[in-house]
Amino acid sequence: MSEAPAIAVRGLTKRFGPRTVVDHVDLTVQPGRICGFLGPNGSGKTTTLRMICGLLIPDAGEGEVLGLDLKTQRRAIKQQIGYMTQKFGLFGDLTIAENLEFIARVYGLDRKRARVDAALEQLGLASRADQLAGKLSGGWKQRLALAAAVLHEPKILLLDEPTAGVDPQARREFWDQIHGLARDGMTVLVSTHYMDEAERCHEIAYIAYGVMLARGTTAEVIAASGLHALQGEGGGADRLAAEIEARPGVAMAAPFGTTLHVCGPDPAALREAVKPWAGQVRFTESAPTLEDVFIHLMRDAPDHSVLERA
Amino acid sequence: MWERIGAMVFKELRQMARDPGMIVMMLMFPIIQLLIFGFAINSDPRHLPMAVESNDNSAFSRAILSSLCNTGYFDLIELADQPVEGDRLIAEGRAQFVLTVPSDFSRALVRGEHPQLLLTVDATDPASTGPAVAAVNEAVSQALARELHGPLAARQPGPPPVSLVLHRSYNPEGVTSHNTVPGLLAIILSMTMVALTAMSVTREVEQGTMENLLATPLRPIEVMVGKIVPYFGMGLVQVLVVLAAARIVFQVPFEGSFVLLLAVTLLFTLVSLALGFTLSTLVESQVMSMQASMLYLLPSILLSGFAFPYRGMPLLVQWLAEILPPTHYIRLVRGIMLKGWDARLAAPEAGVLLVMLLVLGTVAVRRYRDTIA
Ligand SMILES: Nc1ncnc2c1ncn2[C@@H]1O[C@H](COP(=O)(O)OP(=O)(O)O)[C@@H](O)[C@H]1O
Ligand SMILES: [Mg+2]
Repeated sequence: MSEAPAIAVRGLTKRFGPRTVVDHVDLTVQPGRICGFLGPNGSGKTTTLRMICGLLIPDAGEGEVLGLDLKTQRRAIKQQIGYMTQKFGLFGDLTIAENLEFIARVYGLDRKRARVDAALEQLGLASRADQLAGKLSGGWKQRLALAAAVLHEPKILLLDEPTAGVDPQARREFWDQIHGLARDGMTVLVSTHYMDEAERCHEIAYIAYGVMLARGTTAEVIAASGLHALQGEGGGADRLAAEIEARPGVAMAAPFGTTLHVCGPDPAALREAVKPWAGQVRFTESAPTLEDVFIHLMRDAPDHSVLERA
Repeated sequence: MWERIGAMVFKELRQMARDPGMIVMMLMFPIIQLLIFGFAINSDPRHLPMAVESNDNSAFSRAILSSLCNTGYFDLIELADQPVEGDRLIAEGRAQFVLTVPSDFSRALVRGEHPQLLLTVDATDPASTGPAVAAVNEAVSQALARELHGPLAARQPGPPPVSLVLHRSYNPEGVTSHNTVPGLLAIILSMTMVALTAMSVTREVEQGTMENLLATPLRPIEVMVGKIVPYFGMGLVQVLVVLAAARIVFQVPFEGSFVLLLAVTLLFTLVSLALGFTLSTLVESQVMSMQASMLYLLPSILLSGFAFPYRGMPLLVQWLAEILPPTHYIRLVRGIMLKGWDARLAAPEAGVLLVMLLVLGTVAVRRYRDTIA
């Protein structure tokens, strides 16, 4: 990791009125990496992304994007960043091709025609080039928005919940594209709610109520959580969730199909907690999931006394 | 920079073209306004219905009647030698005037007894009866002057001690449309420039496209200019439509310099655009921007001197009118078109507009930032 990070921010803070929406967030993303940005609704993901791409000025904190200062070189940063907004941000009353042409002009790109055509081709939009963007379905809108965001070949790509409301097939293709872009050296920061998408990222950052709670690879985040899990099978295990969750030493118990997933911080206490049902249900060691970790973190968030400070 | 502005302009034009209803509306708008204000509104109405109860069928009363009708203000709807139901006619609105000639009118006149004529007026709307009432005295004296001859010449009223010579400058025939049609420029430009630019900016914010625009290298000023240019062109077309109609249809005189008129129109357009942009930074939705524009347009129509005389308003309202840009622009347009103002005469009002432009322009550029929220 001798390379300078593509994104490096420290103590990023944003207040709206009396509310601190983003509270001293640190985030570092190395070039060519895909970083998943997770957190419940309203936890400050969009606000953080906006600060990174220069759409909002942080109230406190500092940082560099591609070595450019976040506060003083916002214009230069905008040139090299691609941003796909949470809400479809292109013009519904322009066609796909016209939208892309507009973006090409705004960035002052050379060979506009060729670039637009290539983008259309690459995204499988060529046959729909003359369709009004507003008339597209969610999946096609998302493809178009991505095409527009990468048309100027940015070094960094910020995606704000890009796959919300998109079907699994389109989601899969979308992620394949993201990985393709990262292979070519693009740094990607993508906010999402989906755990499977989080697992497709090189690393993840978890933010809740404006506070960064966990960072690292999936394995690192799970290991750092100190959670342990058991999986229960047979004997109507899935119906025991509420009872088992009430036991001491159990952080969460959730049914998955006919099985029950139980986790808690202490493996011995966990074993002890499920003992009463040991006769009917067969419990085996299993790995805690990212979801376990995030729900656990979120429940504990107020204990970190960050909300009080806000 | 020019390329980015060009991209914005091109985009705006394309979006306009996708919405032909909008273009039709912007072109129809001045035409409809011209029809309404140019043809329909007349502050000097004529042919008002009059009923006459003449209890004295004499040469004098007939002469007075025909003289009244000759003024063009009165149309005789009923002439009776018995009591007409004057009160009812006026209450029902069938007659606006009822003239009653007393039975001994001509005898009293010949005897020099100063008989009275009773004119009952429906004065609900003073503006519509005022000019007609003002014409009555003159018509009566003229009729009598003709009829009282020979031995009766002695009954002629003596010449008034002072004779007043009335010289109507600039609009000798008092044609209303000569006054309203130039004023229309201000109203139409206010609508297009203020309301439509404010709408156009808030639409981007509301639809979420502004976030995307500002995430690109587009500067706020470039977004502004890009939005201004198409509307500016549209405004120019509207100005030409109104001016052509003023000339061809309404025969409004054009005394002053066309170039000077264009120059102050440009100035007013910029003031209005700056106002539209400032407005857009204050409101959150298109609906709100429409309402705010209306809040500006209504006083502009009512208080600027366009619809009602400026000097007829209370002092406080006159001050309010002074801060409305259309007030000054209307004075300029009327001054240049009807009175032939030159640059020196136009300078004070134009100066006020210039100050407004500087203030509003600064506010608009300041408030319109390259960040969201
Ligand atoms: N412009 C704004 N003004 C006031 N509050 C805002 C603004 N933008 C976001 N917020 C608030 O900040 C919080 C975080 O919002 P956001 O960053 O959009 O969260 P996320 O993207 O994680 O759902 C929310 O509670 C939201 O209401
Ligand atoms: Mg969000």
